[in-house]
Amino acid sequence: MKNVSATVGLILNEPLLWEKGQKGRRGMDVPAADVPPAGIDAGLIGEGPDFPDLSEVDVIRHYTRLSQWNFGVDTGMYPLGSCTMKYNPKINDTVAATPEIAASHPMLPDALCQGTLKIMYELQDYLAAVTGLDAVSLQPAAGAHGELTGMLIFAAYHKSRGFRRTKILIPDTAHGTNPASAALCGLQPVPVPSGPDGMLDPEAVARLMDEQTAGIMVTNPNTLGLFEENIIRIAGIVHDAGGLVYGDGANMNAVMGVADLKRCGVDIVHLNLHKTFSTPHGGGGPGAGPVCVVEALRKFLPVPRVVRDKRGYRLDGNCPDSVGRIHAFHGNFGILVRAYSYIRCMGAENLHRASQLAVLNANYIKEKLKGELHLPYDRPCMHECVFSDLWQHAYKVSTLDMAKRLMDFGYHPPTIYFPLVVGGAIMIEPTETESKADIDRFIEAFCEIVREAKEEPEILHGAPHLCKVKRLDETAAARHPCLTGC
Amino acid sequence: MRYLPHTDDEIQAMLQVVGVEGLEDLFAPVPGGCRRKEAMDLPAPMTEWELKDHVRGLAAMMKVKPDFKVLIGAGSYDHHIPAIIPALTSRSEFLTSYTPYQPEMAQGTLQGIFEYQTLTARLLGMDVANASIYDGASALAEALLMGIRISKKKKKVAISSAVHPHYRQVARTYFRPTDFELVELPVTADGRTDLAALEGLEDLAAVAVQSPNFFGIIEDLGAAAAAAHQREAIFITCFTEPLAYGLLKNPGSCGADIVCGEGQSFGIPRCFGGPGLGMFACRQQYVRSMPGRLVGQTTDLDGRRGYVLTLSTREQHIRREKATSNICSNQGLCAMTAGIYMAALGGTGLRELARLNYDKAEYFKAELVRAGAGICFAGPTFNEFVVEFDRSFRPVARRLLRKKVVAGLELGGHYPRLKDKYLFCVTETVSREIIDTVIEEVRR
Amino acid sequence: MKEINELNLPDGLRYTRDHEWVKIMGDAAIVGISDYAQDQLGDIVYVEMPEVGDEFKQGEEFGTLESVKAVSETYLPLTGEIIEINEALADAPELVNKDPYENWIVRIRPADLSELDSLLTVDEYLDLLNG
Repeated sequence: MKNVSATVGLILNEPLLWEKGQKGRRGMDVPAADVPPAGIDAGLIGEGPDFPDLSEVDVIRHYTRLSQWNFGVDTGMYPLGSCTMKYNPKINDTVAATPEIAASHPMLPDALCQGTLKIMYELQDYLAAVTGLDAVSLQPAAGAHGELTGMLIFAAYHKSRGFRRTKILIPDTAHGTNPASAALCGLQPVPVPSGPDGMLDPEAVARLMDEQTAGIMVTNPNTLGLFEENIIRIAGIVHDAGGLVYGDGANMNAVMGVADLKRCGVDIVHLNLHKTFSTPHGGGGPGAGPVCVVEALRKFLPVPRVVRDKRGYRLDGNCPDSVGRIHAFHGNFGILVRAYSYIRCMGAENLHRASQLAVLNANYIKEKLKGELHLPYDRPCMHECVFSDLWQHAYKVSTLDMAKRLMDFGYHPPTIYFPLVVGGAIMIEPTETESKADIDRFIEAFCEIVREAKEEPEILHGAPHLCKVKRLDETAAARHPCLTGC
Repeated sequence: MRYLPHTDDEIQAMLQVVGVEGLEDLFAPVPGGCRRKEAMDLPAPMTEWELKDHVRGLAAMMKVKPDFKVLIGAGSYDHHIPAIIPALTSRSEFLTSYTPYQPEMAQGTLQGIFEYQTLTARLLGMDVANASIYDGASALAEALLMGIRISKKKKKVAISSAVHPHYRQVARTYFRPTDFELVELPVTADGRTDLAALEGLEDLAAVAVQSPNFFGIIEDLGAAAAAAHQREAIFITCFTEPLAYGLLKNPGSCGADIVCGEGQSFGIPRCFGGPGLGMFACRQQYVRSMPGRLVGQTTDLDGRRGYVLTLSTREQHIRREKATSNICSNQGLCAMTAGIYMAALGGTGLRELARLNYDKAEYFKAELVRAGAGICFAGPTFNEFVVEFDRSFRPVARRLLRKKVVAGLELGGHYPRLKDKYLFCVTETVSREIIDTVIEEVRR
Repeated sequence: MKEINELNLPDGLRYTRDHEWVKIMGDAAIVGISDYAQDQLGDIVYVEMPEVGDEFKQGEEFGTLESVKAVSETYLPLTGEIIEINEALADAPELVNKDPYENWIVRIRPADLSELDSLLTVDEYLDLLNG
């Protein structure tokens, strides 16, 4: 077993919070009262929550040990397809922690918070520049929240024209969030099968597009990592039938400085700032999913919006056609600040360069691994490439086995079993921040695993061998859910 | 550029393997018609120190400096954030990982979220809590949709008009394209929801109130639960200030079926309103209708305790358009933050801190009354309340701003009939001295 | 997964194209899923049931079966009223994997037995699986 970078370190066990501690300890001092105690109706008072009492040291050690059981981008390569796990620059966190920004209250009068409003106003401009669209809302808190906002705009747009459309076209390669977001807006998803080349066929779209269909949701590049080469024709077909084109911008990292989404025919797109614009994923969030639209749809964007006039920046809530408010305040502002910081550090040229290198890295992996793993769509890819476990079936080795084995080599596994159109899919997105040397090591590791699959499959079946825990029983977890401790 | 590691030689070597001449050739699949005509119009790149200077300029545009006291809550609260929180949440193993799809490599996130779920459920008196959703507003919208899902055929929900105005707006946004109906319940003279207004409302799927409500008033949750259940409606309790449940009866003990709200108070900076933390909990029997991620306990092949994402069949990546929600992520790091905060305060600390917030607000109220101001609603409050003055408060507010105090939120924009009435908030971060300064200016 | 010749497909049942089976017992009938269906789904973790008294048309969805990573709807082979649900599956959904015939899902009162003619015999069902 060469090339295994994981080793046995000193990983310490740690009980659950309530299995430690001692009543009367404290991990945070509460200031002494400087006001007299006030009376309170006994009927209002509860018993107080049954929380453990821990010291500051207890808390620090607990969470430090937990953190050591985790793997992040800062630990190593994290080629999770469709998630763009690029390096998260530290300066972004420093900027977001600026006291004036981090402590700003969201309901201050505009005159008192010109700095935060300016950041929002400028970021809107930057995102418009990156996509080629005209107007932006920063409120959506995540990609799926942006999709929901987009579908609300679809509904509002058709309603404003006096129609109620009830269906929406969604390719079979789409993320599950696409149909789920559409369904929330009363739109019935109609699946569009992708063609034999992995791309949408304009004829298939033409057959399904009708007067009851609100439009189409397209991820471009799609989840196979392929640029939808017929996007302009498809957009034309949808527009001719009175529909709109929604772009899922999850994969924007492939085409910054290359594609102009307006010229592609896209009317609305959401961006995942935690993917393309380097904000940390935080173990599942918070992210941000701003929505960009063409001029004609500007009036439907959520309120309030940041505008600029002679007196400076202000929030404008007076937009009668708006779909309404989508977040309690201004979206995940702390994430917006990080993306702002990233764009200011990168500039147009480096963002373009980032896309070029992301695509170079993915194509390089595709070329190097296609002799080892089955590549269902052998054509130039964008920022990610999708393999399958077809060739390993003979050895009773699955995608899951190979993914788990990658952990022993010190890599986070790629996205697996997605997109659904590829059986046993292995979706690799290296991103631009991985160097050639790191990618070469990853490729070598994968080749070694493919060899093991053939010669020593039992190693893979038992993988991972070097993590804190072995494979976990997900069936038992789902059959008898234990969702809270006691 | 320091984030882009490739040397020119490496690029050449890689291009050769791929079989193209230059980097632009990689984009051959992008048709000419899709291409940009010119470069992106963005400012020139900055070095770290240039950026820091630039950000100092932006910070200078903020009139409210870090040493100011903002006596506004309204869903975003100034609580002390212990130093251990940034120390722990900036650990990059937590910060730079993603949704724990591969549990063997994410036990830290998973156990941390399992603990967050447990402490949240205990705080709110519920059986289960999810791994969190975006914020308090979307949590309420999701709870209302969940109420409709549970009730199956009913399509109407009632929501108190004392729920945070922005939360109600978000709920309306979620409801707009559906055929579900949202009716608002008025407020009585004591600032509580007028439950009598439920009379005559047929076929209600859910009834939602907030406690403490937007006016800071502690609702009679027991009565609201009874009124909802009498109509066979799901009873939803929402909150913006979870600290209140360190002192007050929790919603579960009062009969709530779903409890949701904003957890920003638990160690998360205000940060202009986001990211926050949508806390979401319910009774066991409704868990399969719940939106969002859930972490569950299980064992590994060797029988050791471990944690995984579970009950995923509710979610969009499996059930697609039939999912309980379109949500994919959670507010992972914010949930971890709240978990750390609850762990650090402990049961004893949470009680003390809640009591201190309550006492400060009571002191402030009493002093305002002595200074001639009026408390608009008679109901009991936690750390916020609505005040009216016998003359314009604007000059007072201007003087206070010069003394580094942002005093109160004028309510006319949210409730026209409450024009010139002010919502005040005090927490443990506001000293008696600051309160006395406000009183002094009110008296002048 | 099982090869087709490894499947247990009892005679005397009628099958649907969606892989349910139905067995007539007097004026009632029991309904479950085939060995093929349980094998394809893998470890079943939850069985969503209708309520007693619910009525469904032939081919209508009456519940779902969940494995860890998949959901499958179940369709009623015959028009009828639900008269009993198999309570044992609530705590032990794995019983369906263990023996999908012993562990039926619902008992129904069929409205029209002539609908049986539209269902598959075991040989016809095997032909379907052999595709």
